[in-house]
Amino acid sequence: MNHTDTTQPATPANRAPLPDRMRSPLLRVVASWEFLLVVVAIGIFLLNMQASPYFLDPWNLSDATFNFTEKAMIAFAMALVIISGEIDLSVASIIALVSTCMGFAVQMGADTGMLIVIGLLVGAACGAFNGFLVAGLGLPSIVVTIGTLSLFRGIAYIVLGDKAYSGYPESFAFFGQGYVWWVITFEMVLFVVLALLFYVLLHRTSFGRATIAIGNNPTTALFSGIRVSRVKFILFVLTGIMSAVAAICLTSRLGSTRPSIAVGWELEIVTMVVLGGVNILGGSGTIPGVVIAAIIMGMVTFGFGLLNVPGIVMSIFIGLLLITVIALPIIIRRTRLRMTR
Amino acid sequence: MKKTMKILSAAIVAGTMASSMVLTTAHADDMRIALVVKALGIGFFEAAAKGAEEAAAELGGVEIIYTGPTDTTAEGQIEVINSLIAQKVDAIAISANDQDALVPSLKKAMQRGITVISWDSGVAPEGRQMHLNPSSNPLIGNMIVKMAADHLPDGGDVAVLSASATATNQNIWIEEMNKVVGNYPGINVVSTVYGDDLSDKSYREAQGLMSSHADLKAIIAPTSVGIVAAAQAVSDAGKAGEILVTGLGLPSEMAAHVESGASKSFAIWNPIDLGYAATMISYNLAKGEAKAEAGGEIAMGRLGSVQLSDSLDGAMADPFVYDASNIDQFKEIF
Repeated sequence: MNHTDTTQPATPANRAPLPDRMRSPLLRVVASWEFLLVVVAIGIFLLNMQASPYFLDPWNLSDATFNFTEKAMIAFAMALVIISGEIDLSVASIIALVSTCMGFAVQMGADTGMLIVIGLLVGAACGAFNGFLVAGLGLPSIVVTIGTLSLFRGIAYIVLGDKAYSGYPESFAFFGQGYVWWVITFEMVLFVVLALLFYVLLHRTSFGRATIAIGNNPTTALFSGIRVSRVKFILFVLTGIMSAVAAICLTSRLGSTRPSIAVGWELEIVTMVVLGGVNILGGSGTIPGVVIAAIIMGMVTFGFGLLNVPGIVMSIFIGLLLITVIALPIIIRRTRLRMTR
Repeated sequence: MKKTMKILSAAIVAGTMASSMVLTTAHADDMRIALVVKALGIGFFEAAAKGAEEAAAELGGVEIIYTGPTDTTAEGQIEVINSLIAQKVDAIAISANDQDALVPSLKKAMQRGITVISWDSGVAPEGRQMHLNPSSNPLIGNMIVKMAADHLPDGGDVAVLSASATATNQNIWIEEMNKVVGNYPGINVVSTVYGDDLSDKSYREAQGLMSSHADLKAIIAPTSVGIVAAAQAVSDAGKAGEILVTGLGLPSEMAAHVESGASKSFAIWNPIDLGYAATMISYNLAKGEAKAEAGGEIAMGRLGSVQLSDSLDGAMADPFVYDASNIDQFKEIF
């Protein structure tokens, strides 16, 4: 039991300033994915200004933020799920089911406060159902959530068919149509607040560290005392709740519910997350990256819209973008491996 | 190495965007009219866009922006409307995915001086200046019996195969038909049966009509499911040409039955005319040459003019009749 100085556990007090990072802080920032995204974002901003004289107008830009704010709210939670090595493809269907339930509640005479409560509860329940199947029964999340993708929207279709719920209370319209100050919408404020909350959750809490650890190696995480199933369950519930928040904003913005609401959003949300630098295989990623990716996608959508590029081209673009950002890191890794050999 | 790859990837991403952005260039036309549809890639709406281009060519100095979302969602159309507002187009003519959800965006468009009309599928009155219906209930009621009468110069027994007994549209059309049936001497409506818009039930009801009315000369089906089932039942019974099937149907579904002779003619809206009329109305409203007010009239070029009701909607024309002469052209469209 000969303890020497070198084998003593490192505590903040006696830890030596080891050169654990080979690059200077400046270089690290410049070489980071987030920095690259900022450069791309500025590039797109300038391109949009060049391409259309209508782009640089505060009201137009304010209208354009609706393109991404609701999707980004879900993307924050989705980022955590993907970092933990899982995925949730049922988010857009949760929106449909939440919106349908709120529409039903309106017919029953619910007021705005009641609608929010019902929406959040239904979202949490959907998330808990996913979480139970993935974390409780240990089923693969991609299969589970493809199943619930059909299931949740299927229920909405059975309830509504080709009809629509409307007649939401006047005060309910604030969430999706309200302005806080000048061109600043309520949704923008919510977007910023949620971004900060998720930043703290992922980067400043032990829950966030646990999420990253699970994504890197679930077995090691389990043996390190992390309650893997519980963390995963919470992440799915959180995604359900965030889908409900997005559903509340979107339903409020539309003032009407159809079963086709938000169809196809899961693709754009996953693209947002992956473009934000989150590793699709789990284990790494940041919230700032997702925030910038959301803004980039919003600006590209708006830019295309201003030029009247058909939406189909936008779908093709998103598909290519998704493949590119997933393939690039893998290609880079292979190339580096070959070069070091 | 990693850094260079990243810069390379950024270049690729930016390059993709740049190249896609030069796809379209703005034209300096006098007036830009946006024809917004439920979703792109639907034959019916592509045909309407053709009609809009026809109107633009006739008017001159008009650019048609044919656009819409990829899915038939309200939020997709709102995105489109927002970008059209941002571009300060002169008019928006929309076939809506949701009559309520688009109201806030379209109101905003009108506040900024954009002419807004809806066509085909309407927007709630506060979200548009007028709505163009493809036809009207009295015109449809008249047309379905007229088509039967045109082919029965000596008159005869006709029967109606409807959707469900509670189907609002069909009941109104049949009611309107009964009002004018006296104008067609010799035509005798002997029965109305309901196929519930189910192919098999409609088929059996059509068989039942043939067996219970020996002198039946025509089956009128004012439903696209019923008319196909009735035509099939008549063909299968070997009575194509003897018993006439007519009503409302889709050219693509009815083409084979027109060819076999089970149906001589049927009617439905003409999407080309609809796009043409919507463009003409938008132009006249935006130019200030017409006003959308109750009882007012708006010119629609070669289609005459539309008369507005108190709720500011109007009917374009009689349903368009499809027969052997034009079915081949339209069966590809919808």
